[in-house]
Amino acid sequence: MNLDDLDSLQHDGLQRFAAATGLDALKAIEIEVLGKNARLTEFNKGLGSVAADERKAAGARINATRQALTHALASRRIELAAQERRVRLEAERMDLTEVIATTHQGHVHLITRTTQDLEDIFVGMGFQVFEGPEAETDWYNFEALNFPPGHPARTMHDTFQLELGEPGSVVLRTHTSPTQLRVMQQMKPPIYAVMPGRCYRRDTPDARHLPTFHQIEALVIDKGITLGHLAGTIDTFIAAYFGRNDLRTRLRPSYFPFTEPSAEFDITCPFCGGSGCRVCGRSGWIELGGCGMVHPTVLRNGGIDPEEYTGFAWGFGIDRLAMNRHNLEDLRDLLDNDVRLLRQF
Amino acid sequence: MLVPLSWLRDFVPLTHSVAELSDAFNSLGLEAEGVRVTGGGLESIITAEVVAIRPHPNADKIRLVDVRIAEGGAPIPQIACGAWNFSVGDRIPLAPLGTTMPDGLLIERRKLRGEWSNGMLCSAAELKVSDDHAGIWILPTDTPLGVPIAEAMSITMDAVFDLAVEANRPDAMSIVGVARDLAASLGVAFTPPAIAVVESPLVTQETVGSITAHDLCDRLTVTVIEGATVATSPPDIQARLTASGMRPINNLVDASNYVMLELGSPSHAFDRAKLAGGVIGVRWAGEGEQLVTLDGVTRTLSVDGTVDGVIVDGNDVAVGIAAIMGGATAEVDNTTSTLLLEIAHWSPMAIARSSKRLGLRSEASARFERNSDAEQLLAAAARFVQIVRRTCPDLRVVSSTDIRPGGVPQPTTIRLRTARVNAVLGTELDDTRVVGLLDRIGFICIPTEPGVHDVTVPSWRTDCELEINLVEEVGRHFGFDNIVRVVPSNSRVGKLTQIQRDRRLIRRTLAAIGVTEAWTATLISPADLERCGLPATAVALSNPMVAEESVLRTSLLPGILGALKHNANHRNPAVRFFETGHVFDQPRPRQKTPYEREHLAVVLAGDGDDAASAKRVLDMLVEALGVVTAAVGLRADDIGGLHPTRSARIIGTGTNFPFGAVGEVDPGVLEAWGVTRRVGWLQVDLENLCRLPRRADQLQAFSTFPSSDLDLAVVASDVTPAADIEQALRSAAGDLLESIGLFDVYRGPGVASGSRSLAYRLRFAAADHTLTDAELATVRQRCIAAVETAGGQLRA
Repeated sequence: MNLDDLDSLQHDGLQRFAAATGLDALKAIEIEVLGKNARLTEFNKGLGSVAADERKAAGARINATRQALTHALASRRIELAAQERRVRLEAERMDLTEVIATTHQGHVHLITRTTQDLEDIFVGMGFQVFEGPEAETDWYNFEALNFPPGHPARTMHDTFQLELGEPGSVVLRTHTSPTQLRVMQQMKPPIYAVMPGRCYRRDTPDARHLPTFHQIEALVIDKGITLGHLAGTIDTFIAAYFGRNDLRTRLRPSYFPFTEPSAEFDITCPFCGGSGCRVCGRSGWIELGGCGMVHPTVLRNGGIDPEEYTGFAWGFGIDRLAMNRHNLEDLRDLLDNDVRLLRQF
Repeated sequence: MLVPLSWLRDFVPLTHSVAELSDAFNSLGLEAEGVRVTGGGLESIITAEVVAIRPHPNADKIRLVDVRIAEGGAPIPQIACGAWNFSVGDRIPLAPLGTTMPDGLLIERRKLRGEWSNGMLCSAAELKVSDDHAGIWILPTDTPLGVPIAEAMSITMDAVFDLAVEANRPDAMSIVGVARDLAASLGVAFTPPAIAVVESPLVTQETVGSITAHDLCDRLTVTVIEGATVATSPPDIQARLTASGMRPINNLVDASNYVMLELGSPSHAFDRAKLAGGVIGVRWAGEGEQLVTLDGVTRTLSVDGTVDGVIVDGNDVAVGIAAIMGGATAEVDNTTSTLLLEIAHWSPMAIARSSKRLGLRSEASARFERNSDAEQLLAAAARFVQIVRRTCPDLRVVSSTDIRPGGVPQPTTIRLRTARVNAVLGTELDDTRVVGLLDRIGFICIPTEPGVHDVTVPSWRTDCELEINLVEEVGRHFGFDNIVRVVPSNSRVGKLTQIQRDRRLIRRTLAAIGVTEAWTATLISPADLERCGLPATAVALSNPMVAEESVLRTSLLPGILGALKHNANHRNPAVRFFETGHVFDQPRPRQKTPYEREHLAVVLAGDGDDAASAKRVLDMLVEALGVVTAAVGLRADDIGGLHPTRSARIIGTGTNFPFGAVGEVDPGVLEAWGVTRRVGWLQVDLENLCRLPRRADQLQAFSTFPSSDLDLAVVASDVTPAADIEQALRSAAGDLLESIGLFDVYRGPGVASGSRSLAYRLRFAAADHTLTDAELATVRQRCIAAVETAGGQLRA
């Protein structure tokens, strides 16, 4: 055993490690250089035949060689692992802007979104949401709401009549107000209810009117409810819906058979802040809907004593509100269900 | 209603601005929908005389005019003018340099085709004093020169308000009524018109008039007037009618219209010589009775049980439709000298019915429909005489007849509680204030006890019958803006119901998997249903606007297919839609209204979509809603409108009740709609879906021991539903089953034709130990036996 051979052995091992091109190759080289049958291992085995006084030094030298090789092997392994990872990851490189879309997100309808926004505000104010049928008897749509047969106010509603029963006895509801009666029949006061829904009038369609339209109506019946509460509720609602406190509301006396006193309510035009613009027709106000104190006759028709309870109702068109808020110029554009419109909301 | 400010000033001293008046009208509930200002902005316009006219050297249609603005004064050279209706010596209005015209145009020195023009000669329309565009306004020859046109022609600034009068304001259909309300609101004096009523002895028996239809007319006044001649009305009368939107005709018709506008009482003047017997009567029309009205149209006055009221002559021949339009036979004309003036109080309902049926809505019928003031008929007749006398000084009232079969009615009296006023309005008004507000608009309040008044309603407020009507009047004149606004304290918790929350969840779920919400029409055509292969049992409208929208939808299918088609036509064929909406069918027994249900429909026309996609959407909704999976079953069926071999009814397994359908739209239906791709379809009754049993909301413990999988490939005939195989496996697997899933379906070599191999993976776990091979072997044998019972066979 010539210990001087260790130098060339070390030199040769280091060179072979450095020359390894991959982890698998390195593994094979490792076995040849440091394995059980490696020449270096034979040096260890041969230590027994070395003179006792030289054995310690010889052992130290063999270990030094092994250590140097083991250290170099570890470094090289790290190097090669990093290199292989680099190559592998590079092969996986992906341009995230070249991804092909498979499923597109669907969209909830503009009118639904608006309705839900409105419902949410009312729910936040402690209201419950009620829905009623779209085909109604004359009693619910008109008579119970204080439009007796032949009443001139009926001409304000151009009504679609159904071919059922006596002529005119079943109609498509012209407003959401019949649901007021259904709520009164269903629960005792206090009533804090909001009623969205689809309504129908026999009107020629134009940019701002469709024969099929959507209304939402709020009804409060409780002890001690006044017109002041109605105005206060409208103020609160408007501030919440538009998310701002600078909009004023005004009530103008008006006429609806089922409320008295009745009023129309306007809000400061949210687009110009009241200075006058195209949306508000330069008036600074936007007419939003109708409201009033529930007529005593209507309360009685709903089984509620008007001397014990008072109430208010107010409602407005959802489509018109959505139109104003989302810059929709012509409601008829909604009839096509064109995805180029629906996908914008 | 068009209301000229100048006319209001006859009864109310108004010094307010147009804006202030608009606000006052709005706060009274007489919405000022528009206002037109006339006769303003004329300060710089002066009178001038044309002294010379020369042709324009470079223009055929323009002349060069010299004018002067003082008698014999020096001419102002030269004004280019395109009008040709004047000549030298005419007096005209001149807008000198520097004038701002009423429309805002600034008159400057400028060249017209190379010739200077130093001002402008004006038409009446350019000055906004009339609509006369015909040419330059030629002034009377004695007009002084160089004075402001407004002074020379007595033009005053006027404003015409367009007021929206609601159905409960009969009083506001007149200038006097509007003036009364406005005066009260502004706190200024109101002076009613001075009319001397008694001119001739009043006759109350039937002589020249009679009523046989007491339910049509409860008061008829007839005034016989001699000495009338047809002439042109005085300019101020014409001007007021024009401003109020009525065309001047002649002095007699104009006087009738003037009184109607001013007092709200329509009247009709007959030529008495053309009335048989010189008398009129009021009755209902007879069956099939006809009349040629003033407009030359022959009208049948009794159709399908709707009967019009008629005015008849002494021979019982109709000469007019009550309150709506006169007949052609007794019309006043140039030969008329004796008038029979009819002013009556008609049943509002009868007039509304007639005017609607005949499609004749007139200024008169609008007033009668609101229920006119029955107490001022004689005053109206006297006012008519007053107006006509301005053109017919020799006018004589021969007789006044007042027929009132029911006698003079008691005025309406209503008990009003101050506490009630405050309870409704949210005010703190005292008795004095309440009385003060009502008193100024003609309500007479007599105190009966503290806080209570008996209120007599004036005859012009026929709408007021209940205490609440008076509360509204108090509120209106107190001002809604003055009411303190309060938010009610509501201790209730607002919350959506289960179905409302489910509906929102369904919408969110569908949107998340790429389905977009549509809203389609409720009103469709029977042909749409037919094209969808659906029965034509739909509820029909009795008064559709168009045939395409004449029945109520029985399904969401037609509407959504229409939406698909629209988008395909706009190069977007690959779309997925859903809709929630009401569908209608014939009423159930003993019900009056249609059987109305809310449906959810999903239509899938994306690339690769088919019946399987629709089934997957159903599964996803069931999972999202937390419905027990086993509660929903499918039963293959041939369903109207759907693909006969690729569709199934959706049933509630608990009740065996079908509540929807899933599959594909029938290819024949798609062809009929022009849709050229496979379309997956899902439709459910929303309420039934949401009523299905839900998974318990209590946590189910799962095993902490390792689980074992068992894969079984089962060969079953194509007619054996996979659902049956799965159900058999589920039952056989028992309590140890953690999950089961179909992961492969194979048809082809190795499997007999008409059958397929269904590969299921079953995962087992026990709560308290690791499963042994022996246990798994037992379960496996059970499963195989169950599959065989269900008609399947373990794949070799």
